[in-house]
Amino acid sequence: MSGNQPHIAPIKLYLGVFATLIAGTWLTYWVALQDFGWLNTPLALLIAVVKATVVVLYFMHVRWQSKMTMVFAAAGFVWLLILFAFTLQDYFTRSWLPIYG
Amino acid sequence: MSSVDATGLAHHFEDLEQQHESATLGMWAFLITEIMFFGGLFGAYVVYRTMYPEAWENGSKELDVFLGALNTTVLIGSSLTMALAVRSAQHGKNRQVIGFTFLTMVLGFVFLGVKIVEYHAKWEHHLIPGPHFMFEGHLGGHEELFFALYFVMTGTHAFHMIIGAGLMIWVILKAARNEYTPQHHSHVEMIGLYWHFVDIVWIFLFPLLYLLGRHGHASIGH
Repeated sequence: MSGNQPHIAPIKLYLGVFATLIAGTWLTYWVALQDFGWLNTPLALLIAVVKATVVVLYFMHVRWQSKMTMVFAAAGFVWLLILFAFTLQDYFTRSWLPIYG
Repeated sequence: MSSVDATGLAHHFEDLEQQHESATLGMWAFLITEIMFFGGLFGAYVVYRTMYPEAWENGSKELDVFLGALNTTVLIGSSLTMALAVRSAQHGKNRQVIGFTFLTMVLGFVFLGVKIVEYHAKWEHHLIPGPHFMFEGHLGGHEELFFALYFVMTGTHAFHMIIGAGLMIWVILKAARNEYTPQHHSHVEMIGLYWHFVDIVWIFLFPLLYLLGRHGHASIGH
């Protein structure tokens, strides 16, 4: 797992991850050229999230780390979602009430 | 470094496993602060894009999709070579570590070189926010806000890469002294985590900055 016996991933796996990321890049470009209406941005974000997850799990070895490391890695993204949720619930609801500023 | 024994174990840790776990957790704690730092910029992006969607599409179309995609590919490639550098360190093959780390650094510089070309084009087209900003004949406007965020986001990203390139030199120096062993290579592993994180930031920047409002306008760049 770590320390004395580090998990060493086969080169093939790393090449597979690389190929997946390149394919994802082309896919995101192709999606941008299509007209999916309001779905364009969610699709682009979905592809980016999948790519980022692959990087975190394999290139950053989180898949083979301790549970504690997994919690640390997940915590950053969870707090990011909280940051977005609270910021947007403020900005997107300001026009609901007749208060300026 | 008298407090570190021959296997690389520092005196305040029980064993190498605990030492490695501490390094990994500490690095992830740092990366969380980095996620929040870039998160603030992405938050500003979302708010202003929602307020001025047209300006965002107009600004995005001024960016060169070909160069953006090229840089995405270069950066993903550098993540691969970085992962292979860490893998070589896990085997204790210091010469391979030097090779892969050097390759990672070269790809990093290619990315920064392309970025300079892009920034220069923006300079020539009066797209740098400030007193000389011009967008299709008119002054300022919300497109200027898009470009302000474009330069801050890609600029801080590029700055992280410059720091990363400096860390690569450190890795190469350590590998040249055969310091990485199968038991002890946290150093290069943590720098790898940093480099992959910078890659992840770009994975989001590319579609969010370069690919808005492209449908129906299948031209690449200008």
